[in-house]
Amino acid sequence: MSKLLVSPSPHIHASVSTKSLMRDVVLALVPAAIVSVLFYGLGELVVLGTSIASCLVLEYLITRYLLKKDNSVGDWSAVVTGLLLALNLPASTPWWVVFIGAVVAIGVAKMTFGGLGQNVFNPALVGRVFLLVSFPTYMTNWESNGGLFGIADAFSGATPLGAIKEGLIALNAGTPGASTLSELTSQYGVSDLIFAHLGGSAGEISAIALLLGFGYLLLRKVVRPYITLSIWGTVALVSLAFSLAAPEQFTGPAFNLLTGGMILGSCFMATDYVTSPMSIKGGIIFGVGIGFITMMIRYFGSYPEGMSFAILIMNATVPLLNNWCHQRKYGRA
Amino acid sequence: MSRRTFSMGGVHPADNKISRDCKIEVLPIPDTVYIHLGQHIGAPAKPIVAVGDKVKVGQPIAEPGGFVSAYIHSSVSGTVKSIAPRKDLAGNPQMCIEIAVEGDEWMEGIDTSDTIVTDFPDDAKTSLEKIKAAGIVGLGGATFPTHVKLMPPPGKKCDMLIINGCECEPYLTSDFRTLLEKGEQVAIGAAIIKNVLGVDKATIAIEDNKPEAIKHMNEVLTNLRKLSSKYAGISVMSLMKKYPEGGEKQLIDAVMHRQVKSGGLPIDVGAVVQNVATALAVYDAVQKNKPIVDNSVTVTGECFPKQANLLVRVGTPLKYIIDYLGGMPADAVKVISGGPMMGKAIANLDAATLKGTSALLFLTAKQTARGKEGNCIRCGKCAEACPMGLEPFLLNRLSRAGGMLDELEKNAVQDCIECGCCLYSCPANIPLLDVIRQSKAQVMGVIKARAAAAAAAKK
Ligand code: SF4
Ligand code: SF4
Repeated sequence: MSKLLVSPSPHIHASVSTKSLMRDVVLALVPAAIVSVLFYGLGELVVLGTSIASCLVLEYLITRYLLKKDNSVGDWSAVVTGLLLALNLPASTPWWVVFIGAVVAIGVAKMTFGGLGQNVFNPALVGRVFLLVSFPTYMTNWESNGGLFGIADAFSGATPLGAIKEGLIALNAGTPGASTLSELTSQYGVSDLIFAHLGGSAGEISAIALLLGFGYLLLRKVVRPYITLSIWGTVALVSLAFSLAAPEQFTGPAFNLLTGGMILGSCFMATDYVTSPMSIKGGIIFGVGIGFITMMIRYFGSYPEGMSFAILIMNATVPLLNNWCHQRKYGRA
Repeated sequence: MSRRTFSMGGVHPADNKISRDCKIEVLPIPDTVYIHLGQHIGAPAKPIVAVGDKVKVGQPIAEPGGFVSAYIHSSVSGTVKSIAPRKDLAGNPQMCIEIAVEGDEWMEGIDTSDTIVTDFPDDAKTSLEKIKAAGIVGLGGATFPTHVKLMPPPGKKCDMLIINGCECEPYLTSDFRTLLEKGEQVAIGAAIIKNVLGVDKATIAIEDNKPEAIKHMNEVLTNLRKLSSKYAGISVMSLMKKYPEGGEKQLIDAVMHRQVKSGGLPIDVGAVVQNVATALAVYDAVQKNKPIVDNSVTVTGECFPKQANLLVRVGTPLKYIIDYLGGMPADAVKVISGGPMMGKAIANLDAATLKGTSALLFLTAKQTARGKEGNCIRCGKCAEACPMGLEPFLLNRLSRAGGMLDELEKNAVQDCIECGCCLYSCPANIPLLDVIRQSKAQVMGVIKARAAAAAAAKK
C-alpha cells in the first residue's frame, strides 16, 4: 500500500481562491464595460483592450524579470486593474496615454510595493490620477461619435459635475445670462443618470450597470457592503445639509450619488481588499472619510470630481485604521 | 430553519453526510485487540493485569494514573499477550495491552440485554462512582475524564447541562445515528448527568440539518416525562447549522448566550457540556453496569467502497475495519481519525481504535489538496470566519516575523481553538492554522511559566 499522506488539519478547503475572487470582480464589471462600448463606440474598445493587455504584459514582465518571482498573471488581479483603469478614462484617450497609465498603475503603484497584497494605494486610481495631472486635456475630453448602432447622439461637452462647476463659477462671478443651479441640474434627469448618460468616463455613465455588478459581488460574498454604504450615507447627509442650507450653491443628494465616479468608486475602488481596512469598524470610518472628502472637493475644490482623490487619501490611513480597529473577540470585553 | 447559533465567525463546508442512512452495525470481534493505556487527556492508566492473565469483557485492566486519568477495561475476553509499546495512529510508540480473543465472555453483573432501564439512582454519589469505574471520558473529541468534569470546583454553580448533538463536522454521522437508534438511552444518560450535577435544566442541542433526530428526541422526552418527574427540565434545542457549532465555547454561546472568558472554563459561566456518545456511555455505566468497551465509528468517504456506522470494540485494528468493508480504496491518499476540519491524519493503519475514535474518513488527493500559497490579499475572510474573533492574517504575520510573542499574546493567539475555519477560508491558501498552532504553543508555554513563577513567588 502506498504511503499515507499525513498533514495537519483542516483537510479540506473552501472553493475560493484569489483567482476566483478576481474573476468575479471582472465579471461584475462586464455590464459597465458593455454599456460604455455601446455609448462610446470602438474607441472605448481600444482603451479597454490597451489597458488590460498592458497591465497583463507589465505584470508578467516585472514579476518574471525584475522581481524574479513566480509570475502572478494567472491570478487575474492585473485584469481587474486594467479594467478599472480603462473605466476611469475617457473613450477618446490615445492608446499611448492609456499605456502610460498602466505603467504607473502596475509598475509604480503595485509592483514597487511588492505586488498584489502589498500596495498601499489602489493601482488603477494612481494610474488615473497620474494621467489627470499629466494629461489634463486628454482626460477631460468627453466626446462621443454616437456610439455603436447610433445608440447615443453625437456628444461633446463636459461631465455633469464639470458643467455644474463651470456654471456655478460663471454664476458667482456675476456673468450676465448665467443659469442658476436649478436650471443647470434640470438638464440631467435622475432616470438618465441611473440608466446611462453621456459625459463622463466609461465607468461613470451607467449607474445601473455598475450596481448590477456590485449586486453580483454581494451575492457571491466577494465583498461586504459596509464600506459602500457608509460612503453613500455620508455623501447623502453632507449634500442634504449643504443643499438645504444654500440650495442655489450646492447640489443635492440624488445628483451627487449618481454622478462622477461615485458608484464606480464606492462599489469597486473603495472596496478593493488590499487598500481598504480589515475590520468593519475601520471600514466604516474609511467610508465616512471618503464620502466627506469627496463632497468637500466637489463643493470647494478646484476639481469638479473628488472621488479618486478621496479614496487615495483614505488609502493612506488604512495602516493606521488597521492598528486601531480590531473586531470583537470571543469572551473578551 | 433555526436562527439560533453562535455569535461570531463560522463557515459552511458541504455537509457530505453520505453515511447518514446507514444503521449502526455491530462489527464482528477481531482476533486480537490492542488497548492503549493513554486513551484520555491526562496521565496514562497503569496496567493491573499481567501477561498470561485471562480477562473477560468489561474487566478493568488498567487503573487511573493520576487525578485526571481514567480506568480502562478489556473490550474482549481472552488472554493478555503482551504489555509493551506499540505504534499509535500517529505512529508514536505508546504503552499498549495486547489481548488474544477467545469467545465473548462478559464480566458478571454487566447487563448486556437491550431492555431499557428508565429508573436511575437518586443519589448522585452512586452514579458518579459508576461513571468513574466505567472509565468514561468525553467522547466528543477531547477525551477529558468525565467524572472529573462532573465535579465542579467548590464555589462554582452549574446552571445548565448541554448535551452536544451538533456533530458539526462534515461526514460524521455516528452521533446522529445514536440519537435516532438509542435516543432513550441518551435521554436517560442526560437525566443522570443532570442529577449528578444537581442542575434544573438540560438541553440537547442538535443542528437543524438533522430534523429526524430533533423530532425523535422530542418524542422520546415526551414519553419519558410521562414516566417520571426526573425527566422534567430536559429539552431539545434546534440550532442553525454552522461549523464549529459543536465547539464547547461556541455551543455555550449559541445555547446560553454566554461567553467563556479567555483562559476560563465552561463552569465559570454555569455550563457543563457533554457529548451524545458520552451520555450514552453514562447510561450504560449507571443503568447496565457496562463500562466503555465499544463505541460507534463512522467509516466514510466518497472513495470508500462502503459507507457505514459501526459499533466497534475498543482496540480493534484499523486494517480489520477497512478489510471488513471492502479494503483500502486505491485513490485514497489520506485517512483521517475524526472529521475533515479538526480530525487527525492517520500515519499508521496497523494502529487500533481508541474510546474516542469517532470516524475514519478517506479522502482522495483532489479532495484534500491545498492550493499553492500566494500573497495575502487582505480580504479579511479569515477574520470573518474565526469563531473566536481573532485576526488570523495578523497572527500569521506576527508569527512569521519571529520574536513577537508579546504581540501574539496581546492579539489572543492563545484563544485559538484550532478549528481550521481561517485556513479553510483563505483564498490565498496561506497555511494560517499551521503557523498559528506553533505560536499558540509558544505563547501557552510563556503563560504557564509565568503562572508557575507567580505561584512560586507566593509561597
Ligand atoms: S483555527 Fe484559530 S485562528 Fe483559525 S479560525 Fe479557528 S480559532 Fe480562529
Ligand atoms: S483570508 Fe488569507 S488572504 Fe484573506 S486576509 Fe486572511 S490571510 Fe490574507
